[in-house]
Amino acid sequence: MRDLHLITTEVNGTQHELVVESRRTLADMLREDLGLTGTHLGCEHGICGACTVLLDGEPVRACLVFGVQADGKQVRTVEDLADGEQLSPLQQAFSKHHALQCGFCTPGFLMLAESYLASRPAADKTEIREVVASNLCRCTGYQGIVDAIHEVATAQQAGPVQP
Amino acid sequence: MTTTGTRAQSLPSTYVGARVGRKEDRRLLRGEGRFGHDVQRPRMLHARVVRSGIAHGRLVSIDATEAKQLPGVVDVVTGADLPRPLRIPVRLKVQDVDLTEYLQPILPTEEVRYVGEPIAVVLAEDAYVAEDAAELVVVDIDELPVVLDTTGPADDVTIAADFTMSYGRVADAFDAADHITSLTFDIGRHSAVPMEPRTLVADPVGPGELEIFGSTKVPVFNRRVLAEMLGLDDERIRMHAVDAGGGFGVRGEFYPEDFLIPWLALRNRRPVSWAEDRQEHLVSVNHSRQQRHRLSVALKKNGEILGLRADVIQDNGAYARTHGIIVPELTIAMLPGPYRVPAYHARARVALSHKTPCGTYRGPGRFEGTAAREQLLDKAAAELGIDRVELRRTNLLVPTELPHARELGTLGTDMVIDEGDFPGLFQAALDRATRLGWPDAVTAGRRDGRVMGLGVAMFMEKSGLGPYESADAEMTRTGRVRVYSGGTSLGQGIETALAQIAADVIPVGIDRIDVVNGDTAEQPFGTGSWASRSTVVAGNAVRAACQEVADRLIELAGRLLEAPPDELLLDDTGVRHKTDAGKRCSYSELSAAAGPASPHLRPDEQPGLRRRARFTVDHMTYPYGAHIALVEIDPGTGNVQVHGYLVVYEVGVAVNPTLIEGQLYGGMAQGIGGALLEEFRYDDAGQPQSATFMDYLLPTACEVPRLDVLVLADHPARTNPLGVRGAGEGGLTAAGGCLASAVRDALGSLPGVRPDITRLPITPAEILARIGSGTPATDRPG
Ligand code: FES
Ligand code: FES
Repeated sequence: MRDLHLITTEVNGTQHELVVESRRTLADMLREDLGLTGTHLGCEHGICGACTVLLDGEPVRACLVFGVQADGKQVRTVEDLADGEQLSPLQQAFSKHHALQCGFCTPGFLMLAESYLASRPAADKTEIREVVASNLCRCTGYQGIVDAIHEVATAQQAGPVQP
Repeated sequence: MTTTGTRAQSLPSTYVGARVGRKEDRRLLRGEGRFGHDVQRPRMLHARVVRSGIAHGRLVSIDATEAKQLPGVVDVVTGADLPRPLRIPVRLKVQDVDLTEYLQPILPTEEVRYVGEPIAVVLAEDAYVAEDAAELVVVDIDELPVVLDTTGPADDVTIAADFTMSYGRVADAFDAADHITSLTFDIGRHSAVPMEPRTLVADPVGPGELEIFGSTKVPVFNRRVLAEMLGLDDERIRMHAVDAGGGFGVRGEFYPEDFLIPWLALRNRRPVSWAEDRQEHLVSVNHSRQQRHRLSVALKKNGEILGLRADVIQDNGAYARTHGIIVPELTIAMLPGPYRVPAYHARARVALSHKTPCGTYRGPGRFEGTAAREQLLDKAAAELGIDRVELRRTNLLVPTELPHARELGTLGTDMVIDEGDFPGLFQAALDRATRLGWPDAVTAGRRDGRVMGLGVAMFMEKSGLGPYESADAEMTRTGRVRVYSGGTSLGQGIETALAQIAADVIPVGIDRIDVVNGDTAEQPFGTGSWASRSTVVAGNAVRAACQEVADRLIELAGRLLEAPPDELLLDDTGVRHKTDAGKRCSYSELSAAAGPASPHLRPDEQPGLRRRARFTVDHMTYPYGAHIALVEIDPGTGNVQVHGYLVVYEVGVAVNPTLIEGQLYGGMAQGIGGALLEEFRYDDAGQPQSATFMDYLLPTACEVPRLDVLVLADHPARTNPLGVRGAGEGGLTAAGGCLASAVRDALGSLPGVRPDITRLPITPAEILARIGSGTPATDRPG
C-alpha cells in the first residue's frame, strides 16, 4: 500500500533516479537514500533550520519538503560548498570567526547564508542578524555567525564582479 | 603552523595560549561530521518509543496486537518483556542520600508518572513504519491525581531528600543584624535543548558483543551500567566516540533508551537505530532549574553581611535520575559565592512531581543560586540605601583572604576557594561597561523617557572536579602523535585544546596530532566531559601521557645515539643532540626501535611507544567572574530587549582564548534564554505546554545582542600543573542574576513600580502587570 514514485533529481550536480514514498521528506531522502548526512534534523517542524538546503537555489526546510517535490529540480546541500579540498569563502569565514562549535546547526546556516548572499551581496550586519534569526544555534550565541557572513558580504562588495 | 624543538619541554609555549584554528572545523563545515544518526548499518532496524500521554496513572493494559500486524514491524516490547525490573542508578551520589526507591525504571509495569515516560518500544524495518506502529499501540491508563506544585503544603508532595549545610553562628548573626532582607525567588523549568536530539545506534557485532554509537558524555560510566544490566563484561561493549550536536549537561546521561536500544539489538540480532524527535526530546530529556529559594541575609548598617540563610525546594519531577541531588546540593554549597559570609545555614529539599525528571543543565545550581543571591543583594542595597556596587564591594572576599577554606563540602570534596582577585575583576568589568558607554546610555535613555536599566552580578564557578582522568599518548610510525582521552567532544573544542596541550610536549606540530576522545576501547578509564572538567583533568592527563612518551623517545634515542638523555631534545621530526647536529634519529626510526623484534629493546622491556598516564586531583578550582547587561523595556509590550551584554571571566590559563570566548558567548545566549524566554509549562492535568520550538522559546540572533567578553588569565589555578580553570559555564552562571538586576533597575526608574524580581523567566506579561499596577495611565494593549 506504499505510495511510491519514481523521481529524477539533480543533487549537487549529479543526476539521480530514485523511488521514494510520497511521505518521505527531502531530508530523509538526502540523508538516508543518498548518504548525504551533512543535512541535519534538529526539530522536524520547521523552526530550527538545521535542515536548510537549496531547492533550485532557494533555501527550504528539508524537513518540511517531500522528496517527491524535488522531482525535476536541483538540490544543493552543504556537501557541495567546498571546491574539492578548498573550502568556500563562507566555510573559511565560519572557521575564522569561530562561528561553529558542535557544528550541528552549521550546514543549515551555511546554506541559508549561501543563498542570502547570492541575492543580497552587500548585506549589512543588521540585515544579516535578521536573516540569521530564522535558524537556531544553541552553542555560539550567533556572534561568530553574523561576523562570518558579514565578512563574506564585505569581501563580495569589494570584489569587482558584483552588481 | 610551525613549531620549534627548543620549546618541547617547557610550558608556557607556542600552543597553549594561542588562538589555534579548530581541528574539528574542517569536517563539520564540509558536512562530514559523524553524528550518531549518521551511522548506517546493513539490516538496521528502527526504534520508536511509545510514551505516556498521561501525567500520573495506573497502567491497566498495553495492547500491541494491531501494531505487530503492520507489515515491517519486527518487535514490540513493554515492561513485562524486560528480563527483570530495572532501574537506572545514580551516577553522582552525594550527601549519603539514598534515592533507590525513586529511581526511574527502564519501562514501568504498574504506574506512569509523567507525560513522556517510555512505556513500550516498537522496532520496524523502516523508521516511518515504526512511527505508524507506535500509533497503533493501545495503552490503557487509569488516571491518578497529579502533583505539580512542590512548594505548596507538604502533605501531598514526596520529599526524596532533605539535607542541610551550615557553618558559623547564624542565629547570632541574625540577632546582631541592623537589617534583614528576605526574598523568595523562583526559577522556572529549563533544559539544555541541544540542537541535535538524542540518537543511538547499537550494533550486535558478535554474540554478546555490542558496538554503540551516540553515547557521548560519560561513555565509560554508561558502559558499566549497561554491562551490568545486560550481565556482560564491560569489555564486550564498545562505545564509539561520535560528534555530538551540543551537550550542556543533558545529552549522554543514561536514559531508559540507553538500555532499550542495545538490548533490542541483542534480542533481535540486528543493528538498531533510534533518534528521538524534538517533541520527544522536550518531554523526555532531563529538565532542570526549577527551584524555589527563600533567602534572608543579615546585614550591618554599612552593608556588611553577617549571615545568610537559605531554604531551597527543587521540583525534581517524577524520578531521581543519574545526577541524584547534585543540583540543589551545588545550589546551597555555592550560594555564598565570592562573598565574605561569616555564618551560613542552608536547607535543601528535593521534591517529586508529575513532570519530566530533572538533571543538570550548564551551570547547575550556580545559575539558580547566583540569580537568587544577586537579586537579594540588589534588594538589600535598596533597602539600606547603599549603592548596589558598593554593597558588593564591601562583601567580596579580597585577595589576602584567599585561599579561603569554606566549611562546606560539595560533590564529595572540601571547598577551598583558590587564589584570585574578586574586587579587581569586578572593577575591570565596571570599567569596561563604562568604556562601552552603558551607564551613559541609561542616563540618556531615561532622559528621553525610555525604560532602561543596567544589571550587575558577580559569580563564582567551580571546575576541574576529580578524582582522576586518564589518557594515552603514542608516537606513530609516520611521526604523528595520537592522543586518546577520556574527555568527550560535545562541540566545546576539546579535540583542539588537548592537541594544543600535547603539541607543547611533543613538538611535531598540531596538524600531526590526532585526538581520539571518548572511545571506550582506547580509553577504558575515561570519566567523560561534564562540569567544565575536561580541559583541567583530561588536559593534565594528556600532558602527563605525552611527557611519558617524550621521556621514552629520549631514552630510546639515547641508546641509538649513544648519548645521555640530558643532551638530547625533541624536535618536529625526531630526537636530536643539543650541540652535535649530526646526531639525530627520526620518529619513524624510534618507532622501529621500539618494535617487539628490535635489538634496542631490553629483554624485559615492553615494546611500543604508547603510554598511559593518570592525573588525580583532590580539590576543585573556583573560577569567577562578573556579568553586566544593558536592557530596555518596551512599556507597550512588556518586552525586555537586551542591548548589550558583557562577561568578564578569570580562567587561570587560557589554553585557546578563541574557544573560551566561544564558550562564553554561547553561555550568554543560553542565559538570556533562561532569564527571559525559556520555560517548560504544564496545564492542570500535567500536560506539557512546551513540546515544540513554537512554545519552548530559544533565543534567536534577534534576542541576543552583540556580546562582549573579557577573558582574564591572571590567576593560574594551583590545583593543576597547567594552571587552567574550566571555562564552559561562566557565560551562563550569572545571567539570571544579571538580567534580573537589569530589569529591576529599569523598573525602578518608573514611579510606583515594585521592582524586585522574584521569578525567572521574566515574561512580558509579568512586566506589563508590574507597569500596569505602578502607572495606571499606561496604554498597554489588552
Ligand atoms: S529540522 Fe527542519 S527546521 Fe528543524
Ligand atoms: S554550533 Fe552547536 S548548535 Fe550551532
